[in-house]
Amino acid sequence: MSMFAETSLNQRNRRVEWLVRATFLMMTIILIVPVALILGVLVTKGAPALSWEFLTAVPREGMTAGGIMPALVGTIWIVLVALIASVPIGVAAAIYLSEYAPDNWLTRVINLAIINLAGVPSIVHALFGLGAFVTFAGFGTSILAASLTLAVMTLPVVIVSTRESLQSVPHAFREACWNMGATKWQTIRRVVLPNSISGILTGVILEVSRTAGETAPIMFTGAAFFLPFLPQSVFDQTMAMSLHLYVVSTQVPNVPEALPYGVALVLILMVLTMNATSIAFRVYLRGKRKW
Amino acid sequence: MQTDLDARGFDWYMDRAVAVGVFVGGISAIVFIIGIFLFVTREGLSFVIGPMDLKEFFGSIAWRPTSIRNPTYGILALMAGTASVTGLAMLVAVPFSLGAAIYIAEFATGRTREALKVLVELLAAIPSVVWGFIGLSIMNPLIIDLFDVPIGLTVLNAGVILGLMAAPIMTTIAEDALKAVPDSYREAAEAMGATRWQVVFQVVLPAAKNGLMAAILLGVGRGFGETMAVLMASGHSINIPTSPFDSVRALTATIAAELGDTAVGSDHYGVLFTLGIFLFLVTFVINLTADLVVRGVREQ
Repeated sequence: MSMFAETSLNQRNRRVEWLVRATFLMMTIILIVPVALILGVLVTKGAPALSWEFLTAVPREGMTAGGIMPALVGTIWIVLVALIASVPIGVAAAIYLSEYAPDNWLTRVINLAIINLAGVPSIVHALFGLGAFVTFAGFGTSILAASLTLAVMTLPVVIVSTRESLQSVPHAFREACWNMGATKWQTIRRVVLPNSISGILTGVILEVSRTAGETAPIMFTGAAFFLPFLPQSVFDQTMAMSLHLYVVSTQVPNVPEALPYGVALVLILMVLTMNATSIAFRVYLRGKRKW
Repeated sequence: MQTDLDARGFDWYMDRAVAVGVFVGGISAIVFIIGIFLFVTREGLSFVIGPMDLKEFFGSIAWRPTSIRNPTYGILALMAGTASVTGLAMLVAVPFSLGAAIYIAEFATGRTREALKVLVELLAAIPSVVWGFIGLSIMNPLIIDLFDVPIGLTVLNAGVILGLMAAPIMTTIAEDALKAVPDSYREAAEAMGATRWQVVFQVVLPAAKNGLMAAILLGVGRGFGETMAVLMASGHSINIPTSPFDSVRALTATIAAELGDTAVGSDHYGVLFTLGIFLFLVTFVINLTADLVVRGVREQ
């Protein structure tokens, strides 16, 4: 008998090991499979509704026929205006936290505020948007008010991802630049930002995806149930994809079954495509990184 | 050639201006958090100092804000709605997301690991209104068929939907917490002859305890504040549920459902903003606690 033969204890351990591993794998699968099934149902039931006309026509006959064009265009408007508002503030905040902020109570409070901003329920953001932008600032229910509400809500997404990509630039790069006599800002502009710009873009794509899918914050601040025109300026109301899905699935009688599935499918394709792009971008960057 | 090295040229002023600019950006998050609280309070204040009766507000199940003769504003049933849905969601999500996090962090390797992480991240991206739609049009008939009940828009439906929604986020945070446990802990245990699962259960999990707690807390916060999915999947009856097959109405859903029909400045409008203050404060406490719990880990 060899010295390294398995004892009964070894065998038992191996069996338990296998059992534990299988259990956790099962739990992971149970988490993912239902969602995969659900997405499968969305695709099979939604695909028949999709057509060129569905994407380019206005809703007709009390939203039971026609297409989703005004909602698609409206979502693009809302997302763009929200980006214009939140990206500069978010990037500035990230630069401050990564390059300037000392390790003191103020920085801790800022970090706590960012966590809370991300954790406040979306309906409370809606109430804030209604009180601050629609009523107090006098923007009325408009794209501007809706976009600003979403900008505040998604600010943490930009800040956190930008801060991460700024911090991934090695400190030696900055020191080399300071040693040449560059000011702090020159260093950031010429060295830190160029080396992290793609990481920042990844975060912006994530924000776009998040903004496009949100519903509650725009319900009372700028998105309309039904409006068969395209917005002319940021002071107009508009339809939006997310709210349109809510409306056709709960508020409109006699909708053909495929229609809401079609809206849901387009919305989820938009969002998942952007997230997948962002992830692919990140993986590509990780492979390309020079340090 | 002589230059004054201390000259405050354009670059010096630019540097100062940027420092001020990014500082303003930095404190914007604080400004917005305070702004949210102030603006929501500003609209809700007329109700709080006016017709609000604390005992009725938290102790009564009668939510009749539209009654002309005798409006009542009891949120007990709404709180029960939120609690039952969030509770069931956590029952579904906590074991599976912790299990998935353990598998991804401790057992999976290489490509499997990367693929699972990407998949979980994509699941977290599905918009809440799509989840609501899934509850409405896929789960609803499924529950009716499966359990032979008249209506499928219930605590069960919303709880499961909310659980599926919260699970990817909790998995990600929990996985981060497990990854934060230094490898030297694992190596030390393995050197003592511990098997993989002994390492996980006796070393990694105790060491990551606080991070996992924070993950669960953030999941609770997420469930508590979720609006569209709960609005669409939980039915609309205001009552304290006695079984998972009862319809309920959550706090968040109440605001979303009723705000559109209220006149600005009315009591009904005010009470909905008061609900907003309440939601804000509760999520604030949850996030603060999660942060303190995580900080406790770092100080150890």
